[in-house]
Amino acid sequence: MTELQTNQSADVETVQDTVWVQEIAFIDSVPRSIAMTFVFVMFIGTWQLVTSFGLVSPIILPTPLETLNDMIFVGKNLLTGGYMLTSLWITIKEVIYGFALAIAIGFSLGVLVGETAFGEKAVMPYLVAIDTMPKVAFAPLFVAWLGFGIESKVALAAFIATFPIVVGTAAGLHAADENARMLFKTMGATRMQTLIKMKLPTGLPQIFTGVKIGAVGVMAGAITGEFLGGGKGFGELIRVAASQLNTPRVFSLILYLSLVGLALYLIVQWTQRKVVFWHKERVGAGDY
Amino acid sequence: MNAEVATDYSGAPVGAPVYELTNVSKTYARNLVVALEKVDLTLKKGSFTSVIGSSGCGKSTLLKVMAGLIPPTQGRVVLQGKPVTGPRRDIGMMFQQATLFPWKTAVENIVLPIEIRDGKAAARKAMDKAHELLDIVGLKGFENVYPNELSGGMAQRASICRMLITEPAVLLLDEPFSALDELSRDMMNMELQRICMEQNATAFLVTHSIQEAVILSDDIVVMKPRPGRIAEIVKVDLPRPRTLDMMTTPKFGEIVDHIRGMLDKGEDM
Repeated sequence: MTELQTNQSADVETVQDTVWVQEIAFIDSVPRSIAMTFVFVMFIGTWQLVTSFGLVSPIILPTPLETLNDMIFVGKNLLTGGYMLTSLWITIKEVIYGFALAIAIGFSLGVLVGETAFGEKAVMPYLVAIDTMPKVAFAPLFVAWLGFGIESKVALAAFIATFPIVVGTAAGLHAADENARMLFKTMGATRMQTLIKMKLPTGLPQIFTGVKIGAVGVMAGAITGEFLGGGKGFGELIRVAASQLNTPRVFSLILYLSLVGLALYLIVQWTQRKVVFWHKERVGAGDY
Repeated sequence: MNAEVATDYSGAPVGAPVYELTNVSKTYARNLVVALEKVDLTLKKGSFTSVIGSSGCGKSTLLKVMAGLIPPTQGRVVLQGKPVTGPRRDIGMMFQQATLFPWKTAVENIVLPIEIRDGKAAARKAMDKAHELLDIVGLKGFENVYPNELSGGMAQRASICRMLITEPAVLLLDEPFSALDELSRDMMNMELQRICMEQNATAFLVTHSIQEAVILSDDIVVMKPRPGRIAEIVKVDLPRPRTLDMMTTPKFGEIVDHIRGMLDKGEDM
């Protein structure tokens, strides 16, 4: 008995569980909420310090508080249906029309380029050539062709957003693997059936990637169009505020504008999750 | 077993020739490679034939010619009395990958060939049959599951159902289970044998595994490369139904050795 006990205690002493010490670096262990707050506070803090010590002229950079005050002012104007809401609505319309146009044209051209040998040989080289041009430089032309109204902004917004959608669609149509193609061939599928029932659904993730990039471009296009072609949109408000050296206003207008951009992006993202339900995005990018 | 599924699809009596290849050659114009030279082959109704050979022996080309995916340069391919001039309804095919479409449920994937050929209404009518087939391969309860949730073996079972839904007279199998682990592979092979026997199907299997070929086949076509041609057709006279235990019998070993010897000779050339 005594011997057995000593044996047991000896076992306990000699056979030790291997203990893994898994060290997680501090920077990787911070929870998301704390990390985000930290960066936000650091950013605003630095901003406050830089401005309150007079390192930067208030005309160049307003204090965070001034900006907040102005955001409240602009917010009230927007909520009470003031002139800023009218402007915002014009810009939103430009973005929606431009986006719709870009999706329609981009998708059609993408199918032409991705599905037909003619498109790949004869259309793609020209698209690449145009895509490499600085598209904003076309703004004066659009104004000359379509006037100072909403049309010229819609055109520029659509023009910028079309290309990523073309590329996404064309790439998506090439995403189907050899097995899937062979399978459809053995089933005697027509070209149209292969396109609609196999190639397009297979390519949806890429198509949506193109549409998302387009959603960012369409905002840039609409605002650039307003900067260069006048009108009554939000871009014009920004331009006027900047010319009056009303920097807090510029800042708050940009922040409200970014909400529109974010909303557009989230709508696309939500649609993607509903439509391409089987595809899990591997990268965390864009997951809010 | 459901009577409808077990129906003899082609109507031809067991043992009658279903697939006849006469003097079939295929030369790829691109590089003038003779992939197939003067292949004569007859598949009898209800038989199981495997083709085996080193890579480049033309077995994939042979399968594609038989499936009507590529035309032969010379020769005649006749299935059920009609020359093969393109993909056909009475040919069922299965590949190394299950290739189920992730936006369709298991049962929707299975009726896809019907949807392609006869439209959505016909596909809906075929749903009952798809359910029966899933039951046969042991996937009852997985009808409305998306392929993402199926294991490799389950996905291949579903793709067997997709092949069978059109009631093909002949099954062309291109290394269907080579992507699976060995245990699942043995199991799937036994499953395949059972299904073929129940359906009286004529099967043609391309494989790299001698054991797999021997355990499943009535005839094994041994091919040699450059140019791709039939070296010998080996008869396997093991009794049916085959079981995995047979793999340890001397007879089995003899046939495997014989085929391995033939293939080794091929390598030396």
